[in-house]
Amino acid sequence: MTLLSISGLSVRLGGKTVLDGLDLSVAAGEFVGLIGPNGAGKSTLLRTVLGFLPHAGTVLVDGTDTMALRARERARRVAYLAQEREIAWAVPVETIVALGRAPHRPGFAAPGARDAKIVEEAMRRMDVAAFRDRIATELSGGEKARVLTARALAQDTPLLLADEPTAGLDPAHQIALMRQFGALAASGRGVVASLHDLGLAARWCSRLVLIARGRIVADGPPAEVLTPERLRDVYSVSAFFAEVDGQPVVHPLDLAHGPEGG
Amino acid sequence: MSETARYRLLIAALATATLVLFLLSLTVGPAAIAFGDSIAALLGGKASEIGLIMREIRLPRAVLGLMIGATLGLSGAVLQGYLRNPLAEPGLLGISAMASLGAVLAIYSGLAAAFMLALPLAALAGAVLAVVVIQALAGGRGNSLIVILAGIAVSSFAGAMTSLALNLSPNPFAALEIMFWMLGSLTDRSMTHVWLAAPFILAGWAMLASLGRALDALTLGPETAASMGVDMRRVQFLAVFGTAASVGAATAVAGAIGFVGLVVPHILRPLVGARPSRLLLASALGGASVVLAADILVRLIAPSRDLKLGVLTAIVGAPFFLWLVFRARRRLA
Repeated sequence: MTLLSISGLSVRLGGKTVLDGLDLSVAAGEFVGLIGPNGAGKSTLLRTVLGFLPHAGTVLVDGTDTMALRARERARRVAYLAQEREIAWAVPVETIVALGRAPHRPGFAAPGARDAKIVEEAMRRMDVAAFRDRIATELSGGEKARVLTARALAQDTPLLLADEPTAGLDPAHQIALMRQFGALAASGRGVVASLHDLGLAARWCSRLVLIARGRIVADGPPAEVLTPERLRDVYSVSAFFAEVDGQPVVHPLDLAHGPEGG
Repeated sequence: MSETARYRLLIAALATATLVLFLLSLTVGPAAIAFGDSIAALLGGKASEIGLIMREIRLPRAVLGLMIGATLGLSGAVLQGYLRNPLAEPGLLGISAMASLGAVLAIYSGLAAAFMLALPLAALAGAVLAVVVIQALAGGRGNSLIVILAGIAVSSFAGAMTSLALNLSPNPFAALEIMFWMLGSLTDRSMTHVWLAAPFILAGWAMLASLGRALDALTLGPETAASMGVDMRRVQFLAVFGTAASVGAATAVAGAIGFVGLVVPHILRPLVGARPSRLLLASALGGASVVLAADILVRLIAPSRDLKLGVLTAIVGAPFFLWLVFRARRRLA
């Protein structure tokens, strides 16, 4: 089942072409890592799927054009974890996570038993249940990130888009997050996460999409996408490659000195 | 669950305070009337002298205090939530400044003297104009920064035009009348003022009160809120027009009353667990209590001098705000 289908997507921001004729589709069961250098267009791609940006081409979320969806309908199909970890008010962690249930509750209805169960599960998955009563604005950056990820999980949608979900997390929680996203995909959902840590992307994603200058450069299983040539051309780095348990291991080593001598 | 219980307790306490202050407001005034007599005269509806004072002077004053205080508290809470800025207040959008300008022009041109409702109607027209300009500048994209900047521009322009009217005022009495009106007061208002303001204020309340859940979601920023199903254009429309209708009408009948919309949500926020949706009702009741209390105080402190309500709220509000800043600084240090 195709959860996300993008074709011929172009986005211009402030007179500059940020995405240039992108085609991408994500099916249920896939954990797609969106990789590429700073400014490649990863965040723009995720934000366009949510209907935030005017664009050319089509973006179908679960078969319907994202611009034709009402905000609430879209919110039941796709959840989004923003790159900015913004929490404006000093509210408890559990209240933040429970916000994810809002699109599923009609009018002024109070959260029900099912909502409470899903919130509980989301907090357990992101390991934040232990500090559910703490004030979210007083947490560390990594803890805040986990709370906000739990909030997105509580939205309980077929498709999850996450913009740099592992940034600021300690190694254990980075791995735990990648495992949880993998488990979500395995349970029949779709996950698209933009990532800068190529090692995590290589090891845990079922598919990688490499973007550079608004275009898709490579799309496929991690071992096929991450090659020494591409890392040199796209990221200008050289890297150590190996294989453990049939999964690729990639670790950037140094700046590559390309043909331009740069 | 304990948090919900605490919230209910707070609402009950604020509602009780508002009710008590409303009754007190009915019974305080230059005509010394016993509490029981005044309430009995008000409810009895007999054409006695006491009944006349109660119905024509004290009731409109108390009702306006209640409505305007609630308006300032509610709109302050909504704007702080919408703009995610604890320093936001109803004056920020330029609505009270434009309403003041409308009123000032009515006084300046002599219309206010010719026809009693000219002043509030001109003030309402000013508020409407402010909203039209803000909405046109900000567009439908729901960008709160543009709304703030547009509000500042509108505010500055209205302030400049008000100064111009004072500057060119044909006689010192008109200038004095303008100055006094701008200080904000509930003295000598009639039921006509209540009936004029009530529809706009109630419509504004309905728009602002519907925003609770959207404001909760906005805690995580506008894009995350949008991804959770909040229609940001609708939120902007309701926040701006709800504030314009209620604050515009409040300013039209009472002048600009400062600091209530800024300070009341600020004080109550920690008491409601910082949830923007819970702040709305609490802040409306808190605002009503503060304005009713201040309006009772101006009558008690200087019964013969007509101390202006807006002056008192600023005198008490500004040092209090300074104290809040001091406390915040200590916590951050």
